[in-house]
Amino acid sequence: MLERVELAMPTLPTGTLLKTVAAPNQALSSLCAEVDPKDSNILQLAADLITTMHANKGCVGLAANQVGRAVRVFALDVSNHPKTTKSHGLFVLINPEIVSSSRNEKSREGCLSVPDFTGDVKRATQLTITGYLPGSDSQITIETQGFEAKAIGHEIDHLNGYLFLDRVAGAHAIFPRKRYL
Amino acid sequence: MTSYAITVFGTDRPGIVATITSTLAESGANIEDTSMTLLQGHFAMTLIAQIEIDAQALEAKLATALGEDLTVSVSKVRPDQTTGALGTSYVLTVQGGDKPGIVAAVTKIIAKHQGNITDLTTRLSQSLYLLVAEVSLPTGINLEAINSELVNVGKDFGIALHLTLVEEDVL
Ligand SMILES: [Zn+2]
Repeated sequence: MLERVELAMPTLPTGTLLKTVAAPNQALSSLCAEVDPKDSNILQLAADLITTMHANKGCVGLAANQVGRAVRVFALDVSNHPKTTKSHGLFVLINPEIVSSSRNEKSREGCLSVPDFTGDVKRATQLTITGYLPGSDSQITIETQGFEAKAIGHEIDHLNGYLFLDRVAGAHAIFPRKRYL
Repeated sequence: MTSYAITVFGTDRPGIVATITSTLAESGANIEDTSMTLLQGHFAMTLIAQIEIDAQALEAKLATALGEDLTVSVSKVRPDQTTGALGTSYVLTVQGGDKPGIVAAVTKIIAKHQGNITDLTTRLSQSLYLLVAEVSLPTGINLEAINSELVNVGKDFGIALHLTLVEEDVL
């Protein structure tokens, strides 16, 4: 059963496909800066993140520093993922902050910015965050669970300069990433 | 530069890894992959490193630095042995009473189905025996067949066996 919640995402400008960066690029280890959600550059970045996320097959989230911009913005869309139990659809969130997180669960995850490895990481499956939609100065609260909660945790980690590699469960918890023929 | 496999085994004590890696750094070696653990309290480490100096010279240097309680070997490996991680990942767990032949019986089934063990830990503590393996099975394999063979082995040995799919999610 999929619980859907619609957020009031604005109409964005046409997005451009941006080049993504891979570890050990410095942008991925940077603490990203808060930005003005009404800034037109940020609206453009929001559109570009969505375009770039959609261009990478299987990608359900993209943080701004994954395209080399160290600002607190990420795009997410888990609505088509088989593990999703609750989804806020396609959205871009600016200056996100975690209000509460609980029920950690371990699973194996990978990242567009770490092409050769996966790792076992514990993530909260109950999550409440706040943030701003592009073009809006009213703070919203998102309450989610399961796969969407894990994905948001992964993206907010990016904005704090953390990769899943920084959170692995032990010395034997990093694995070569699978390649499918 | 040539790739070498360096193995070190022996009595554990604090500082072994620091001694090994300092000696390698002084020798201009570049460490690539490393695996180290304690086996029944013994230090056991394998590294792949790129080395400029002679293997025998490095072995002698490490042996001197580490002392008599540790055995060192340095041998040449072909560069880039990456076979690629093809197939689908499973974790195989076994736990039960210790009996000779468990690992052989279980891994024979994996091999028969073209499964590749990519990581393996076994532990014995008193009478409890544990095995955890990371197994890569060809995509589209008949999982039921493997599972029923594993269940049969489990019955023979009186052990609990589980083969669990590891799903990787790109976030
Ligand atoms: Zn990522």
